Amino acid sequence: MNTLRSNLTSHFSLSAFSFIMLYPVIWWVGASLKKAEELSLPTIWPKTPMWENYSNGWHFSADYTFAHFFGNTLLMELGNVLGGVATAAIVAYGFGRLNFKLRGFWFSILLLTMMLPGQVTVVPQYILFNKLGFVDSYVPLVLPHFFGGGAFFIFLLVQFIRSIPRDLDEAATIDGASVYGIFWRVVLPLLKPALVTVGIFTFIWSWDDFFAQVLYLSSVDKFTVGLALRMFIDQFDIQWGQLLAMSLLSILPSVLIFFLAQKHFVEGIATTGLKG
Amino acid sequence: MTIGVIADSKTRTQTKSMPVKEKSKRISGQQLAGYIFISPWLLGFLLLTLWPIAQSFYLSFTEYSLLEDPVWTGTDNYVNIFTDDATFTKSLSVTFMFVLFSVPLKLFFSLMVAIALNKNIKGMNLYRTAIYFPSLIGGSIAVAALWRNMFGLDGYVNQVLAWFGIEGVGWISNPDTSLGTLILLNTWQFGSTMVIFLAGLKQVPQELYESASVDGAGKVRKFISITLPMLSPVMFFNLVLGIIGSFQTFTSAFIITKGGPINSTYMYAMFLYEKAFKHYQMGYASALAWILLSIVALLTLINFAASRYWVFYESDGGKTK
Repeated sequence: MNTLRSNLTSHFSLSAFSFIMLYPVIWWVGASLKKAEELSLPTIWPKTPMWENYSNGWHFSADYTFAHFFGNTLLMELGNVLGGVATAAIVAYGFGRLNFKLRGFWFSILLLTMMLPGQVTVVPQYILFNKLGFVDSYVPLVLPHFFGGGAFFIFLLVQFIRSIPRDLDEAATIDGASVYGIFWRVVLPLLKPALVTVGIFTFIWSWDDFFAQVLYLSSVDKFTVGLALRMFIDQFDIQWGQLLAMSLLSILPSVLIFFLAQKHFVEGIATTGLKG
Repeated sequence: MTIGVIADSKTRTQTKSMPVKEKSKRISGQQLAGYIFISPWLLGFLLLTLWPIAQSFYLSFTEYSLLEDPVWTGTDNYVNIFTDDATFTKSLSVTFMFVLFSVPLKLFFSLMVAIALNKNIKGMNLYRTAIYFPSLIGGSIAVAALWRNMFGLDGYVNQVLAWFGIEGVGWISNPDTSLGTLILLNTWQFGSTMVIFLAGLKQVPQELYESASVDGAGKVRKFISITLPMLSPVMFFNLVLGIIGSFQTFTSAFIITKGGPINSTYMYAMFLYEKAFKHYQMGYASALAWILLSIVALLTLINFAASRYWVFYESDGGKTK
């Protein structure tokens, strides 16, 4: 009886709290369909939904539709996710399984880079990419992902690889497999769930990595969704309904991925990230 | 960090158990392979991290506009920053205020929510998803746009306040409230911190609670004597990364308030960005970056030094308090 009551209290407080957390998002959906006059009213749903907010917002720029910006962003994401997942797996296997000189040293350096503020490297990196003529292209955005996909992901995968029983490696060694063979046939297949987590995080974080995008992309033709939204915000007379509609669309890919792979997400870091 | 170190020592003991001869043979074969496997990261580290760090340090003693070669000016940049730049002082204090409030707030909220979510009741996944959701989208420019609208003078927040007879202010256009609005947005996105706490809570052995119950410990007592010490490594991890992350807050200030009004939200990262990429003062910006790095490094060191007094590691056998 007592547990039932405490469960009911939990349900009640958790639903209330979830509602508060989600409330701005719920309001957002309604607001994206509102007329300008209705926007500041505390109602959730507009009297007559303005679906034109979506179609007009989609065409807000004279030269491009949002389809163009979505295409650009997805193209960039393709490179980021592929590069990140592939190289993170390779590097993590090196750190997680192989013994080589200075391994501990390099691994500490890797962990240290996680704490390095990006501001320290951003100026010389910009200078470098500028000299190579890569400014206003996707290279500065995509290329860094091909160097191990980021310290955090390598760390995540190393933790995961260490939880794979070594007996499997040793059995494969007896069967004559080299370290490369073990990576390809033993570790990589078992690593798949963790790699999905890495892929999802890479996707969502690069989607939101506004700093790099605003820094390196300058021509509208190459704009990502985030930059297009910024262009929208900076207009003199903001059409808030349309802007909120397009903003809502812009988070849709991340949300879709989140729900498709939800189990990986909330449980994902819980099981792979912190296996001490 | 510490978590990685613990895991590392575990693997070491594992390799020790192998026969010595076989071990040495395997190791020599793995020397080259090891470097081949980590080469993508190593290359990236040298090219995009180490070399830029060195160059940034050099540039911080120069004047450089990208168009002409850097001109060595000695410590001029640093002297100017510390003696002759009111914007630096302002943005540094704004950033300190931001960190001072948003880090503890976020830690507190995420811990409370993680405890509430660490129960076995039906539909828990649904709650977790709902509560995590804002963090999923929170860093995006889309949410910055939403926030800017909601907290505007005749925005949604003020309309709700009007119901209760409170006359709202322009939350974003008022220098007294603008920073608070950004702190609130930051706190709203406590999801990833919360998930790490949740993972930590799952690692706490249930036996501890059970034997505490036998000894007659109440809920509060259990929380103080078991949950908090067992969670302290995770708390430490979140604290260190939280401070480092908050010092670099950029998007919300850049989009929602544009640093204003009257620089009340002119965060350090934004100041640095504008120096470098709006005014093209690359040397000056590099000096700013090194000041930021020194501050963050100092705070992290203090954190690590202080951690021995409050972070509890099981492997110490409970030596620390």
